[in-house]
Amino acid sequence: MGKEWGELSADEKQEALFQRWLSPKDPQGNDLGFQSPEAEKGYEERITRIKDAIQLKKSPDRVPALPLPSMFPAFYSGMTVEEVMYDYDKCYAAWKKFVLDFDPDGHMGCAGPGPGKFFEILDYKLYAWPGHGVSPQHSYQCLEGEYMKADEYDALIQDPSGFFSNVYLPRVFGALEPFQMLPLLPGILEMYGVAFNFIPYGLPPVQGALNALMEAGGEALKWVGAVGGFDGEMATLGYPNILAGFTKAPFDTIADTLRGTKGAMLDLYRRPEKLLEAMDAVTPLMIKMGVGAAMMNGKPLIFIPLHKGADGFLSDEQFKTFYWPTLRKVMMGLIEAGCVPFPVAEGGYNSRLEVIQDLPKGRTLWMFDQTDMARAKEVLGDTACILGNVPLDLLSVGTPEQVRDYVKKLIDAAGKGGGFILGNGAFFDDIKAENLKAMMEAGREYGAYR
Amino acid sequence: MSKKLIDAIADMKEQEALKLAKEMVEGGSDPAEILGAAREAMGIVGRRYEEGTYFLPELMLAGVMLNEIAEIVKPELAKSPDVKRHGKVLVGTVEGDIHDIGKDIVVFMLDVNGFDVLDLGVDVPPQKFVEAMKDFQPQVVGLSGFLTLAFDAMKDTVDAMKKAGLRDKVKIMIGGGQISDEIRTYTGADAYGKDAMAGVSLAKEWVGAK
Repeated sequence: MGKEWGELSADEKQEALFQRWLSPKDPQGNDLGFQSPEAEKGYEERITRIKDAIQLKKSPDRVPALPLPSMFPAFYSGMTVEEVMYDYDKCYAAWKKFVLDFDPDGHMGCAGPGPGKFFEILDYKLYAWPGHGVSPQHSYQCLEGEYMKADEYDALIQDPSGFFSNVYLPRVFGALEPFQMLPLLPGILEMYGVAFNFIPYGLPPVQGALNALMEAGGEALKWVGAVGGFDGEMATLGYPNILAGFTKAPFDTIADTLRGTKGAMLDLYRRPEKLLEAMDAVTPLMIKMGVGAAMMNGKPLIFIPLHKGADGFLSDEQFKTFYWPTLRKVMMGLIEAGCVPFPVAEGGYNSRLEVIQDLPKGRTLWMFDQTDMARAKEVLGDTACILGNVPLDLLSVGTPEQVRDYVKKLIDAAGKGGGFILGNGAFFDDIKAENLKAMMEAGREYGAYR
Repeated sequence: MSKKLIDAIADMKEQEALKLAKEMVEGGSDPAEILGAAREAMGIVGRRYEEGTYFLPELMLAGVMLNEIAEIVKPELAKSPDVKRHGKVLVGTVEGDIHDIGKDIVVFMLDVNGFDVLDLGVDVPPQKFVEAMKDFQPQVVGLSGFLTLAFDAMKDTVDAMKKAGLRDKVKIMIGGGQISDEIRTYTGADAYGKDAMAGVSLAKEWVGAK
């Protein structure tokens, strides 16, 4: 351990992050106390299995299996999405039952539903959630819109953080709208005039927003008090949380919740230079977001949900010009810091495989949905680990027999020699539990490397 | 002039297209000719999408250009020229789901392929589909959904049509995110379309259009 962090190679950093993940601590910083020797062994085996699959140095003992749900744990426990968003203890219980019943090689924590009350306090505009635009049994869904206007590219490019705090934040949280009145901080450089900057804080609307902010902070704290112990308890039982944090592809950063899909797609023709510049401007922030989370949580996997670059959204040329260059930069930034980018390509990525192959070996984990896994293995098999892709229609209305059959064929096609993790294709809500059971059992049965 | 306008729109030259449309209005061109040209260009855009040379950015920009040109022409003409239509298609994203990108592509493609389309939007309850069927009298209904939770909503919508005694009057196609033929069976729809082109083919087949 002689070398300083900055002196380590990307390889050594990745190894160090895996080692930190393998040596969990309790909140006091002591070695985590496992509930049984089997749990301790299981914890190590699960991470090692995932690590071997990702690094491509040797095959794991068997194909790791990661069922990655959206709101399924709520349905499985007979709860509505609204209940798990508003009753944090129920959320904890449902997600715990999910992990214990399906015995996965890792989980994604129970923060997915988030604190409903918190969104209410801040009057969140970006998403509809149960009771606020969707019914109690539905998951939250993004409300497409132009949360950044077409003429605001320069503001974002010149000062991304300033744009997020002074323009975007007051726009996506209704209760924080008065923050539009707050000054830009370079105004505090000198004593002369500095007090002018603080006048808005004395005004009733801003003070109201500050109160809402404090109330929201209190609610977030209450939520984390209820669900924050989840990963620790699951670890003591042998189940690691696989995620250190998340980041985004710069194109999606713009096209999901800044300009919206339509806004960004039009910009591609109307102001392509600004779009490219803006993606360059947010790229370092996207790297920092992922690396920061990996350092804080002491593990390597950074989730990157991919949206607007799937088959059918953009042409090959547009993908190569607008989507891939900055996504690759983000992934390389993560890789150089020792992280394992975990891009999740919902929809199809069949036309993108040759392009995304251009990454160093053993550093990424791609989750695929409607992508041909045999082809993905063929094209990416030498460089990246692939995860997927049991289809949600099959898990929803198929039979356990059909699922077993699919898993067997999938492992035959994509499991050869390691570098494969069994999972669902996309995050799932209300599927049949017996089908998920069948997926896990078939993984054990057909996934052994002997 | 209208040939140049068609090319400008079809080749995604927005500024040029708008300039040409304005010049044509000022030069006294027949508004019906201008809108006819715009529609013809939409057909080309649709074909290029089918061929795989155009994607979402082009469809979205084409839709915007069509609206912009209609705005320019509007003072001259209250409504667009009547084009011969193959039949009527009722479309919407089912209850509980607010995704519209895929649905909008289908609507665009049905429209450029000569269908009269009524788009009910997103999060459409079964009853609203039923009522619209009574008023609009479509031959085809298209149900869209992105979430897995849409499977049940689609089934409920088809069931509501049965209950209202309207099921046999229409052909129902479904599509979106995770939809497959298994889901088609589950919901009781007549067919599923893998993409917008498949949706157009189904609709054409059902109304007997070439």
